[in-house]
Amino acid sequence: MKKFDVLVIGGGPAGMAAAIAADAKGASVLLVERDVRLGGILNQCIHAGFGLHYFGEELTGPEYADRFEKRLAKTGVKVMLGAMALSLGGDGEVLLLSPEEGAVHVKAGATVLAMGCRERTAGAIALAGTRPAGIYTAGMAQKMCNIEGYLVGKRIVILGSGDIGLIMARRMTLEGAHVERVIELMPYSGGLKRNIVQCLEDFGIPIDYSHTVTRVVGKPRMEGLYYAPVDENRRPVLSEEKFIPCDCLLLSVGLIPENDILNGSGVKLSRVTSGAEVDENRMTSLPGVFSCGNVLHVHDLVDNVSHEAEIAGSAAAEYALHGAPPTNGELHAVTPGKGVRYALPQVIHGGSGSVEVFFRTDNVYKNCKVVAECAGRTLYSKKRMIVAPGEMEKIALKKEDLDGDVTVRLEI
Amino acid sequence: MKTICINCPMGCPLDITEEEGKVVVRGYTCKRGLEYGVSEYTSPVRTVTTLMRTSDGGVVPVKTSRPVPKGRMFDVLERIRSLTAPADADIGFVAESDVLGLGSDIVVTGRPAPHPAK
Repeated sequence: MKKFDVLVIGGGPAGMAAAIAADAKGASVLLVERDVRLGGILNQCIHAGFGLHYFGEELTGPEYADRFEKRLAKTGVKVMLGAMALSLGGDGEVLLLSPEEGAVHVKAGATVLAMGCRERTAGAIALAGTRPAGIYTAGMAQKMCNIEGYLVGKRIVILGSGDIGLIMARRMTLEGAHVERVIELMPYSGGLKRNIVQCLEDFGIPIDYSHTVTRVVGKPRMEGLYYAPVDENRRPVLSEEKFIPCDCLLLSVGLIPENDILNGSGVKLSRVTSGAEVDENRMTSLPGVFSCGNVLHVHDLVDNVSHEAEIAGSAAAEYALHGAPPTNGELHAVTPGKGVRYALPQVIHGGSGSVEVFFRTDNVYKNCKVVAECAGRTLYSKKRMIVAPGEMEKIALKKEDLDGDVTVRLEI
Repeated sequence: MKTICINCPMGCPLDITEEEGKVVVRGYTCKRGLEYGVSEYTSPVRTVTTLMRTSDGGVVPVKTSRPVPKGRMFDVLERIRSLTAPADADIGFVAESDVLGLGSDIVVTGRPAPHPAK
């Protein structure tokens, strides 16, 4: 049995920022990472665009990770690589498996979950057709290309126009593949405008909105796929099916927070985010267990992950060293109203100070108003030219103003 | 030319033309859109990120230290493919100064993945 004040599970951007913040509060910290190095998915995101908010300059993913790795090296944080957390008990005890040390039980004063996401696969979207070589999740193709130096296909179709799909359209093109088209189920892209222009338009790659892949053909290698427009219920109109010859399909169809170790722990998960429900300190329903980064909810910007992880890491250290923070005993739920898919944190303790509430909308809305209400009173009201599900929104509230549950909604 | 403004989620459709020697942008709704339209028409630039071979046969990620003209992206890529970085090049290593005379350096941005312990 090993004892630490704070255990951080995951050594990507969230885990590194949480560990550094916990160390700064004077806690003894163990950081476990299952890969052979720190940095997580940032290591394979070799494109630029990271750090504009956090560092005030534009970095690539590996450079962003390196900044935090260098900060981490100056702390007393103990890092365990190649180690996998297998379970989290209701008492907060974590079972780790390490190649050097075997099964290790860790009892920490507080635990920070920072395991990130995994990608939805062909199986997860019930992709029809054969199961040939040539179908990859976009992140897998990104790793094979950017870390291992393999190009996974020569004629490529991408399903899904989230940022990862768009970024991979450009990467594959720059490395000499031909990207035939991007196919998107929704009538809009979940990705940033910047990526639509600089990853597709710059290279003349067409995008079909409100379309989906209906089946893939080929065995043992992929020979092509059929795609079709979808109706208002997102069902493919098979009479308009078209064929594209291609040897590779990349899937950018969503991320799943990797919360498997919480099975049986009692940590309450949100049905919308698939991450834990948390308070303003990012503490879950299990006292002493905190969550941050993409394992809590999927972020668009790593800069926001770093900030959120610092909140969780600091609060975890405080909890381990001094116990739960003082409150006035009140607990206010934050619930999504009209036009809002989810809001986070899900609960806010009564007291004083400022709290940022993050939320995502359920559709694209123009000229709307963001409203936060508490017991019939308006806490926040501001016009937005546009809101979109792909861009996380935030509003700041004052704890002093809260005397009941909070609703965040749009006036459309 | 037609493009979309990248400054915010609005994504205003821009139509940019040259009339009587002046660049005219239509479709923007704020100052940033106007400035973006003019720069995309007159001198569009992009940061190029790609991979470079290392002397031991692996790859490391690299970038242009400053954005290069959009029309020269593939020339820069071709030049990078002809270069080799030392296997132990660290982040920040300049693999080539002033690539193709464009005023931008080719800089290593990451380290190769360490091989897992055998």
